[in-house]
Amino acid sequence: MAHESTYKPSTGIERWLDSRLPIPRLMNDQFMVFPTPRNLNYWWTFGAILTFMLGVQIVTGIVLAMHYQPTTEGAFESVERIMRDVNWGWLLRYAHAVGASMFFLAAFVHTFRGLYYGSYKAPREILWMLGVLILFLMIATAFMGYSLVWGQMSFWAVTVITNLFSSLDSVVPGLGTTLVQWIWGGFSVGEPTLNRLFALHYLFPFVIAGVVILHIWALHIPGSNNPTGVDVKTPSDTLPFHPYYTIKDGFAVVVFCIVFGVLLFYAPNWLGHTDNYIPANPLQTPPHIVPEWYFLPFYAILRAIPDKLFGVIGLMGAIIVLFFIPWLDTSRIRSVSYRPIFKWFFWLFVICCLALGYLGSQAPEGWYLFFGRVFTIYYFAFFLIIMPVVGLIERPKRLPGSITESVLAKHGGAA
Amino acid sequence: MANSDSSTNPSLAYDDDPSRRDVILIGAGAFAAIGGAVALWPLIDQMNPDASTLSLASIDVDLAPIDEGQAITVMWRGKPIFIRHRTAKEVEEAKDVKLDDLVDPLARNANLPDDAPATDANRAAADKEPWLVMIGICTHLGCIPKGQAIGDYKGEYGGWFCPCHGSQYDTSGRIRKGPAPENMYIPPYAFTSDTKIKIG
Ligand code: HEM
Ligand code: FES
Repeated sequence: MAHESTYKPSTGIERWLDSRLPIPRLMNDQFMVFPTPRNLNYWWTFGAILTFMLGVQIVTGIVLAMHYQPTTEGAFESVERIMRDVNWGWLLRYAHAVGASMFFLAAFVHTFRGLYYGSYKAPREILWMLGVLILFLMIATAFMGYSLVWGQMSFWAVTVITNLFSSLDSVVPGLGTTLVQWIWGGFSVGEPTLNRLFALHYLFPFVIAGVVILHIWALHIPGSNNPTGVDVKTPSDTLPFHPYYTIKDGFAVVVFCIVFGVLLFYAPNWLGHTDNYIPANPLQTPPHIVPEWYFLPFYAILRAIPDKLFGVIGLMGAIIVLFFIPWLDTSRIRSVSYRPIFKWFFWLFVICCLALGYLGSQAPEGWYLFFGRVFTIYYFAFFLIIMPVVGLIERPKRLPGSITESVLAKHGGAA
Repeated sequence: MANSDSSTNPSLAYDDDPSRRDVILIGAGAFAAIGGAVALWPLIDQMNPDASTLSLASIDVDLAPIDEGQAITVMWRGKPIFIRHRTAKEVEEAKDVKLDDLVDPLARNANLPDDAPATDANRAAADKEPWLVMIGICTHLGCIPKGQAIGDYKGEYGGWFCPCHGSQYDTSGRIRKGPAPENMYIPPYAFTSDTKIKIG
């Protein structure tokens, strides 16, 4: 909620700063006293977890870059040297690789949270769209980072994914090929490609950090949504961000780190593919090319569509459609908790995404292909048909009069 | 007014002819836009294949050691080139296919016109039918199809099989089944002697 500043500079230095670059005022207003709905549950802590994980990726990434060599000859070996010879290299590299998985896990939870509680609806459309943009940039960043290892999976993932653009040849002959060679800087994936992937992998996380700032700015204009979806009406609906949510978010980050730590120290390669420990070989394609787990649902959509160009359109469309959700959902009610019909479709959608993830890891044949197609259709139908139609015909449950009322009803006490 | 020269009297800069202002604004804006676009081009074009990459143009290959039924793979411009010495049976199978049965009716042969049909004669080496020289890259998403080694699974059409998404090619390297849209490409090449070729 945009609110009057309550900041009072108390020391001389603070007064001096306040009339020059008022960072203490900004921190106080936005992160200390910032009025935040009193009923936020733990699904709301994933924003803090994501910010933390972006920091982890940037810090571990920069130190890895001090040892990494972006050449086709040296890349794989330099990663192995990081693992075996560099002091703490094993920890830094595993933290970065497992960190990427944890980052995506948090991003998916955060996105489904927004979807469930209708956090994309007015006045939070831009906030939501910036979030989708961050997801898109994360996908690009992780894809480029994975290529840097220059193992078999890295090399062939780059080959297959960059070749997606060649499908444009069927729109304008030659356009796709020209574009792909521009991306490669050659006639195949090679040294120029690896070099630019490294340059961009270094750059993108900082672009993400910039968009995160805009995302939080857009959040702090209307303020946080909450599990009821009912707007904040009186001061009794809110709590100051600090200490209530700094503590809650901090606790969640610690719990998240325990899970991160278990994977990092006990199963660092569990989520990865063993083929990426074989150096890249441009003359031999591995029998199964599988992307990292966080790309599997999208990969399943790509493979479910038999046509090359439409497969690519489906893949891109699966992300792009998210930008339009604020206008596709016609319901006036934000929180799915008060939407008896849509609720079913929502949980079916969650199952659909998990199923696509599983199907993306299997060879696209027989029943796998059949269900890949069924769920791909549901994925798009959910946004393009179910969202607009159910919003119009559904009769929502009665909303609580206010956040305070809903909290008190739940705990049966008085204010 | 005594002094109507706007260059010496700043208050006259706000004269009441708005169209004159517009011309300057639009002119300056257009100049900046064009300048920006021109400056952008080197930043974009630097990513295209550089001079040293373009100059890795051609290689020579000796075909003498390749017996009938064998195949070798060589590298050209970072791409695998499949060279297959086909058996009489393989050539026969490729020739028997009707053009109507093909997914892609074009020869995709850099040595022939773009619209040449995908007959086996247009795919194989000119006047040397047993030889098939092509870029060994699946036209779907760029994997390397199986079928070069003796024991490889070669798909239902006896040519090549792409493990990535199951595209199947016949003994002429033409796509017959699966998601790939085009036949595998034939690179520019020529016989320099009876048993030697130059690719590129
Ligand atoms: C949005 C944040 C980031 C994400 C999601 C991300 C993701 C990844 C992934 C998935 C890998 C492959 C890991 C593996 O299998 O080994 C990787 C590798 C790498 N990343 Fe990042 N990264 C991020 C930020 C950064 C930053 C800021 C740098 C700084 C230069 C960096 C430098 C590297 C390097 C040098 C490698 C190759 C060495 C290795 O494999 O560990 N990353 N990244
Ligand atoms: S790359 Fe060959 S079938 Fe997809």
